[in-house]
Amino acid sequence: MNNHYENHACGSFEHFSRRSILRLAGLSGLSWLTPLATTLARDAESKQTTHAKSVIVLWLEGAPSQLETFDPHPGTEIAAGSKARKTNVDGILLGEGFEQTAEQMHSISLIRALTSKEGDHNRAIYNIKTGFRPDPTLVHPAIGSMICHQLNEEADAKVDIPRHVSILPGPSPGRGGYLGDAYDAFKIFDPQNPVPDVKARVEQHRQLKRLDDLRVIDNEFLRGRQNNRVVQGSLGNHNLDAALQMMSSEQIRAFDVSTVPKEARLQFGDTPFGRGCLAAVRLIETGVRCVEVTLDGWDTHANNHELQAGRIDILDPALASLIKELKKRDLLDSTIVVCGGEFGRTPWVNPVGGRDHWPHGFSIAIAGGGIQGGRVVGASSPNPKRDGNAEDRTKELQNSHPVEDVHATIYDALGIDYEQELDTPVGRPMQICKGKPITELF
Amino acid sequence: MNLNAWTKNLFFIGLAVIGFATLTVFLMATDRVAAPESFAPSSKAQFAILNVAKTVDASFKQEWNQKDLGMQAAGRADDLTIARRLSLGLTGTVPSLQEIREFESQEPQDRIHWWVSHLLEDRRTSNHLAERFTRAFVGVDDGPFILYRRRRFVKWLGDQIHDNVRYDQIVRQLLTGEGLWTDSPSVNFYTVTIGDTEQPDPVRLAGRTSRALLGMRIDCLQCHDDFLGTINLGSADDPTGGMQTDFHSLAAFFAQTNVSLLGIKDGGDKEYQYQLLEADEESVISPKVPFNQELVDDNISSLQKQLAEWVVHPENRPFARATVNRVWAIMCGKPLVEPVDDIPLEGPFPQAMEVLADDLVNNNFDLQRLIRTIAETEAFQRDSRADFEITDQHVENWKVFPLIRLRPDQVAGAAIQSTSFTTIDATAHIITRLTQFGQQNDFVERYGDAGEDEFAARGETVTQRLLMLNGEMIDDRLTTPLNSPVRVSVLSPNTEQAIETVYLATLTRRPTAPELTHFKSQLDQLQGTERTKKILDIYWTLVNSIEFVWNH
Repeated sequence: MNNHYENHACGSFEHFSRRSILRLAGLSGLSWLTPLATTLARDAESKQTTHAKSVIVLWLEGAPSQLETFDPHPGTEIAAGSKARKTNVDGILLGEGFEQTAEQMHSISLIRALTSKEGDHNRAIYNIKTGFRPDPTLVHPAIGSMICHQLNEEADAKVDIPRHVSILPGPSPGRGGYLGDAYDAFKIFDPQNPVPDVKARVEQHRQLKRLDDLRVIDNEFLRGRQNNRVVQGSLGNHNLDAALQMMSSEQIRAFDVSTVPKEARLQFGDTPFGRGCLAAVRLIETGVRCVEVTLDGWDTHANNHELQAGRIDILDPALASLIKELKKRDLLDSTIVVCGGEFGRTPWVNPVGGRDHWPHGFSIAIAGGGIQGGRVVGASSPNPKRDGNAEDRTKELQNSHPVEDVHATIYDALGIDYEQELDTPVGRPMQICKGKPITELF
Repeated sequence: MNLNAWTKNLFFIGLAVIGFATLTVFLMATDRVAAPESFAPSSKAQFAILNVAKTVDASFKQEWNQKDLGMQAAGRADDLTIARRLSLGLTGTVPSLQEIREFESQEPQDRIHWWVSHLLEDRRTSNHLAERFTRAFVGVDDGPFILYRRRRFVKWLGDQIHDNVRYDQIVRQLLTGEGLWTDSPSVNFYTVTIGDTEQPDPVRLAGRTSRALLGMRIDCLQCHDDFLGTINLGSADDPTGGMQTDFHSLAAFFAQTNVSLLGIKDGGDKEYQYQLLEADEESVISPKVPFNQELVDDNISSLQKQLAEWVVHPENRPFARATVNRVWAIMCGKPLVEPVDDIPLEGPFPQAMEVLADDLVNNNFDLQRLIRTIAETEAFQRDSRADFEITDQHVENWKVFPLIRLRPDQVAGAAIQSTSFTTIDATAHIITRLTQFGQQNDFVERYGDAGEDEFAARGETVTQRLLMLNGEMIDDRLTTPLNSPVRVSVLSPNTEQAIETVYLATLTRRPTAPELTHFKSQLDQLQGTERTKKILDIYWTLVNSIEFVWNH
């Protein structure tokens, strides 16, 4: 059997899930063992009683090349000279530049045959950030928005800072969509700079007087509209209180990585993205539910190998250090880390050394939150046919998954009933996610 | 000191006094706003518009009677509130102090007519309306690199609106344009849909045409027949359930639209093929409009032209209704039928929509006339407050003016304009306009663009609140010496005048007695820089108020 088409697992008994034990029983013909297997499986499952709590998305905007990152095919024509490196999990290769991530492979799994029906950046970004294709009559919420909407527990009330954060946002940070703008991601830039807009522009006594005056003016406006039942609940200054709470909260320090010792900071790389990943850990520890950190520059229509290598140099230390730091702080079991872009890049190199858009089998890395490390789900063909439509190309993949399956996997791990329907503001019932969890990851 | 030195000193003092006086006059009177050429209060056209506006109001009242809702309605809002609504709706910003003074100098009975005439001749209005229509026609995405030029499209549309080109003619150009996306900007309607196939996408074009031009959401028919009974096609008198083939038959009109190095072209004999839900393979689907088939001119050979003539046909009511609904939404922040692009073919329709659609069709699809008519209706001019409890029923039936949160671009536009005495329009200094352009874009990016669906209800975010409280743009607008906040402090002859100026500039109204007392007691005690700081603080307070970010 071709090695490219295998699913890898680390094999440790502690990684056996109920599903895998049942599958083992079924596949081996030992169906008589099913009651025992069920008992064993339930026991295994009971050990994992807590769901994941939060998500960190390392968003690689522009679409990384799967062949130079998470799905190398060294020595083949489609590699076009790019090399691979072994990892600390037998049989799993990464792109050449992932020196540090290769050492964390036992904690990371790869999904290697993702498919999307969108080959345009904007539309594909929407698709992978929301789990739905663009619909001109509706804006779907980004995954971080949905998580904040669904997970609102006692601990969330103690979080003074926004629970959905986008660091170094590109043009399409996560939006609340039909859930409302309140679920939009809070945007910050390089964490070595102060968080924008959280410091009053005038000295405190003047600020307090301004706020006193503001209440006088607002009350005057609201007084004339107290009998308006239509805007009750939306007409008010609720966010003023939330904003002031955030401005005075100690939790705001979570954004500030300058207090982290230099040595620890530099492990993530001396880059805005590396600092963003470090800030992400601190924010998750503070109670933030979803942090997205963007690394752009992956749209390599020319000079692919060199440009991808430059991006990987930034990604590798940040990703590896993020996993290590989460482990060190005992947060990896409760935090899902996802790393990928909107689609992949063509297996063939174009005349200017670039790879173009390829939504017909691309890869992401995923770790933490109960997801087992050291596994590979799905495989792409090492010698895809040049001609063919999307359907033909999907047939060349093994165990492929549409992007919404990643969403279902994450929601499932967080304990969110992803099949439930929510009503949009116009009363249209919408399922949270139409994908299916990728069970092999657990 | 000799006589010569005294002369020089007196000359200098004189110059200073003249300079100060000039600045004071600038504050108090400012430049006159040019009289709008189309302002003709006694003209036949204006009488006709007022008559249509009365018919619209009568139709609302007739509906209240029919629905047994009673005749209780809010009174008329004051002139300045109506002026603010019009300015926000048509230009995306608030009136300048300069404009307010000119507005108030008009005869009370002519003010609204004067104001609408002034705004319709202002390039800000055509630019603003063009951006609103552009969002419906091509969306907000960047689109395909090289092949798509959104800015050119907006500029082209703005020119058409400014020149008051018939709206049906604009739509004809949109649907039948050929050529390069740079030289023939209307073809960006097509090029924005170019995707993987490297050709315009008939499916996306069908969806756009239906929603933006006909006010009908039939997108779900792309994948399946309507099983919810929410989409009726056929004809208004004889509706039939929406079928998947209805959508793809509309898409088939775009099958022969192709792109090459010469740009967009219509022609050839390419047929539209699609694999329907229950089919085993693709089949050829012929072009067919989803309703009012009798209005199609079979003598037109070009599919694009055939479709265009059908869309804008005077008897194709969904086109006129969609236009009225969108313009109403742009002016009021809320359409007559919600969502703005989902008007059922068979109704029911608000009678006001039918009156306005008739008038639009009978008057050469004149958008400016439509805007003038809406502005003159009682419905548009009603107060958002009432002495009775306001419920959904009152708002849905336009018995009060709805309270609508401003869009991000309106918040930015209002914040920038309110800190300038003079109008930031096409005649403003280039540096002023460049500054405004940069500040507005930065602000909207951080505040969060409303996207394509601009008329959906939105909430405020913590990010937005923080940006207003502590953001760079607001602070910069307040503290830059050349902007009005600092100048109000220096030039206002007395405290009352200073407070009134700040209120007019920001909220387009004068302070209430309690508000005036509140701030006067604070300002009267201060002098010099402390007074200036306090005036800046009042500005900041008003810009951060709830009232500032709502259209009322």
